[in-house]
Amino acid sequence: MDNESQYSGYSYKSGHSRGSPRDRRDRHRSKSRDGSRGDKSVTIQAPGEPLLDNESTRGDERDDNWGETTTVVTGTSEHSISHDDITRITKDMEDSAHLDCSRHLGVSLAGALALLSFLTPLAFMLLPQLLWREDLEPCGTPCEGLFISVAFKLLILLLGSWALFFRRPKAFFPRVFVFRALLMVLVFLLVVSYWLFYGVRILDSRDRNYQGIVQYAVSLVDALLFVHYLAVVLLELRQLQPQFTLKAVRSTDGASRFYNVGHLSIQRAAVWILENYYHDFPVYNPALLNLPKSVLSKKMSGFKVYSLGEENTTNNSTGQSRAVIAAAARRRDNSHNEYYYEEAEHERRVRKRRARLVVAVEEAFTHIKRLQEEDQKNPREIMDPREAAQAIFASMARAMQKYLRTTKQQPYHTMESILQHLEFCITHDMTPKAFLERYLSAGPTIQYHKDRWLAKQWTLVSEEPVTNGLKDGVVFVLKRQDFSLVVSTKKIPFFKLSEEFVDPKSHKFVMRLQSETSV
Amino acid sequence: MSLQRIEIHKLRQGDNLILGFSIGGGIDQDPAQNPFSEDKTDKGIYVTRVTEGGPAEVAGLQIGDKIMQVNGWDMTMVTHDQARKRLTKRNEEVVRLLVTRQSLQKAVQQSMMS
Repeated sequence: MDNESQYSGYSYKSGHSRGSPRDRRDRHRSKSRDGSRGDKSVTIQAPGEPLLDNESTRGDERDDNWGETTTVVTGTSEHSISHDDITRITKDMEDSAHLDCSRHLGVSLAGALALLSFLTPLAFMLLPQLLWREDLEPCGTPCEGLFISVAFKLLILLLGSWALFFRRPKAFFPRVFVFRALLMVLVFLLVVSYWLFYGVRILDSRDRNYQGIVQYAVSLVDALLFVHYLAVVLLELRQLQPQFTLKAVRSTDGASRFYNVGHLSIQRAAVWILENYYHDFPVYNPALLNLPKSVLSKKMSGFKVYSLGEENTTNNSTGQSRAVIAAAARRRDNSHNEYYYEEAEHERRVRKRRARLVVAVEEAFTHIKRLQEEDQKNPREIMDPREAAQAIFASMARAMQKYLRTTKQQPYHTMESILQHLEFCITHDMTPKAFLERYLSAGPTIQYHKDRWLAKQWTLVSEEPVTNGLKDGVVFVLKRQDFSLVVSTKKIPFFKLSEEFVDPKSHKFVMRLQSETSV
Repeated sequence: MSLQRIEIHKLRQGDNLILGFSIGGGIDQDPAQNPFSEDKTDKGIYVTRVTEGGPAEVAGLQIGDKIMQVNGWDMTMVTHDQARKRLTKRNEEVVRLLVTRQSLQKAVQQSMMS
């Protein structure tokens, strides 16, 4: 049984598509670099790292005081990579090159099969015309009617296949998609059996009844349309009715959500969870994970236990550790007190900074207004949104920086990103409150700049084969390097709904003034 | 007016002390629905049911009795809930009721009229 499977979310065209392999590889290469950079959360800083790099846990000695100096930082810093990056990129590329081969195989196989099944009815109808035209019985209106129907059915089949299969897939799955493989086998068998019968009954014996041949071709097209219907039901409809509730919990901070899904395999359920993870869960902030050090430091000093004269070490060690734990539990521990006061203090600090930020932003927004048509203004005074944003940014920069630092959000928002957001808000006439909603609460991961936080490399860890369907009690884990999502399944219960009829005229009331109590 | 004094010893049943009868009436209740009262504006507390073999029956309480006092507390101008509370005090094992009965009332009235 395979316990661990890997997949990376590079986009590709599945099913019956034909894309050029070259630009697919180019896309993949640039994405692998971004993906690997986003994977890192704690790094060993090589010397000469740029100021506004994307990693978070270096603390306050990093020079991000752009609040004081409001010059714009150039963009060259973002593209430097360290030695770790290079080794990781090459490893990623090797892995995915290997996987790409198998994926290309699948795609090309499906494409070939689709082409074959489209051309087969046409071949059935054309071959007698080409090979023994003189012997064929003439066939007037019925054949023409059949020709038209074949043409339209093939057109419908083409449109339906385009709608169903020609889609940019959301993820690479570790195992083959069972239903798709099933459908491909079915189509293959169908086409092969039709060719067999055609070859034996019609080609060999040179059948002269052309109308019969055309009807044979039409029956194949009908069968293909029905297979397409089967594909719609299996791939799209079956999973729509909710059957299970999935609970996804992030291992580092306990953020959890519940989702309703239908009948899916484990790998498809994993992709569903990931799609919802990026817009439901607050962004992962490693700086917020640990209790402040002042609270924890007291726990470090423990008891020392000496054993006198005992030789049996194994028994002794467990006994020792138990004694230490018991003694530590009995000792009066005031760290909860410190935690409480630390929390209260932090809360107060955040609120104060937040108030200052809100006031600064409100004031900054009063300095500009939209140019009305009737205002006569000097052309030198008219600004575009970018310049307007830069003009008012200086007054709120310091308050913003202090607030972000207190809430440990400063790695997520560079000065450039704040300027861009300000420009965006000014362009769309948003109020200061709308501008601030992005900073006052930690939003979902997808809100932040794509290159940084959208790492697409996830690992699916599961005890059962990942093509198995979901069942009650299945647990699987979606791992990234710094955290993981633990997903557990529960079946939605079967509801017994019974009916009770209430006559609207039966609602009558009296005053309750005569009560009887037993004593 | 002729009155009866009735002394009931409460019976312990589990965690509760019960008296073995039911009361109805009170100043917050509707006096027109009282089947036992002579005067349909009387808002006093009446005995509506006496359980068989209970302490109340043993002590001689009868259905239709109007309770005037309980252990010295007046019951003629109380709400239904106040009446219940005065009868079911947890630290009292014995309650002394002052009751009046309709038959006696009638007899008294008749003797007064003649």
